[in-house]
Amino acid sequence: MTDMNSAPKGYWQNMVVDWSADKEAFKVNWGKVMMWVFLVSDTFIFSLFLIGYMNVRISASEAWPLTSEVFALVVGGEHIPLLLIAIMTFILITSSGTMAMAVNTAYQGNKHATFWLMITTAVLGASFVGMQAYEWTKLIVEEGIRPWGNPLGAAQFGSTFFMITGFHGLHVTGGVIYLTIVAIKVRLGHYDKKGFQIVEITGLYWHFVDLVWVFIFAFFYLW
Amino acid sequence: MSADTQGQQHPLSLYFKVWGLLFVLSAMSYMVDYLQFQGLLRWGLILVFMFLKAGLILSIFMHFAWEPITLRVALLVPTLAIPIFIAFMAIEGNYTLSSRLNFLAG
Repeated sequence: MTDMNSAPKGYWQNMVVDWSADKEAFKVNWGKVMMWVFLVSDTFIFSLFLIGYMNVRISASEAWPLTSEVFALVVGGEHIPLLLIAIMTFILITSSGTMAMAVNTAYQGNKHATFWLMITTAVLGASFVGMQAYEWTKLIVEEGIRPWGNPLGAAQFGSTFFMITGFHGLHVTGGVIYLTIVAIKVRLGHYDKKGFQIVEITGLYWHFVDLVWVFIFAFFYLW
Repeated sequence: MSADTQGQQHPLSLYFKVWGLLFVLSAMSYMVDYLQFQGLLRWGLILVFMFLKAGLILSIFMHFAWEPITLRVALLVPTLAIPIFIAFMAIEGNYTLSSRLNFLAG
């Protein structure tokens, strides 16, 4: 093992050598580098949405709707704030855990376990999207929230909510499809010769979707 | 053997620990709302739990902590533009609000 992960000498020198060596700079799987580059660009897109939300929320002269109340559920007569969002958060974290395990089993060559762990991840992701569909329906039909206004407070609430959670939900949906395709290809043995880096790359995308949700949960639902 | 051929392999026990921590941190950030903390305490706790969760997912689940420094620098440096833009838009938002209160109120 001579790569820089294990070399304590010249931590920064390694970077200089990599950039100036007149050859490939990133000594990792190229597919993984491409996924990381895509994720950085996606980070900017989600940052722009959240910054736009911050800007309109700061500048709104009307009161912002109380998210704790808007997203409350009534269970057995009890009024529990943010319950559905909490469940969705736990589902996404659980799916991140099964994905991490899938990466581990894939590199061990256990295709059976990898297939089922990835399918479990996809099913958890699909249930997340299902709950989001329920949440949207409740807000549109029962609370009367529209992109151009709502009866609870600042008009900007609706447009930022639908934009941010909608774009995230689209990512989850795409991830479910991506996971399912890769899981089936793992099972069919398409990666037996190539190696199982693809599972790690798919995992990167899935963990990123969870990562974005951490920020949406903090800034949109809790703030 | 380089990371190119081997990929990221880490013991399952590490993933389970991180998984558990993420559950605990999520529960704690939910409690911030449930217990109705307000003001600086609320915002501080939300941010602390958010950054801890994001850090764990990024460094362990996405294996960022084990990637070569060259890749890490290339991926992190561009994101430094984000806090600058946040500052710009916060200033702009406050200006818009003050204009609205001055000229649109009443």
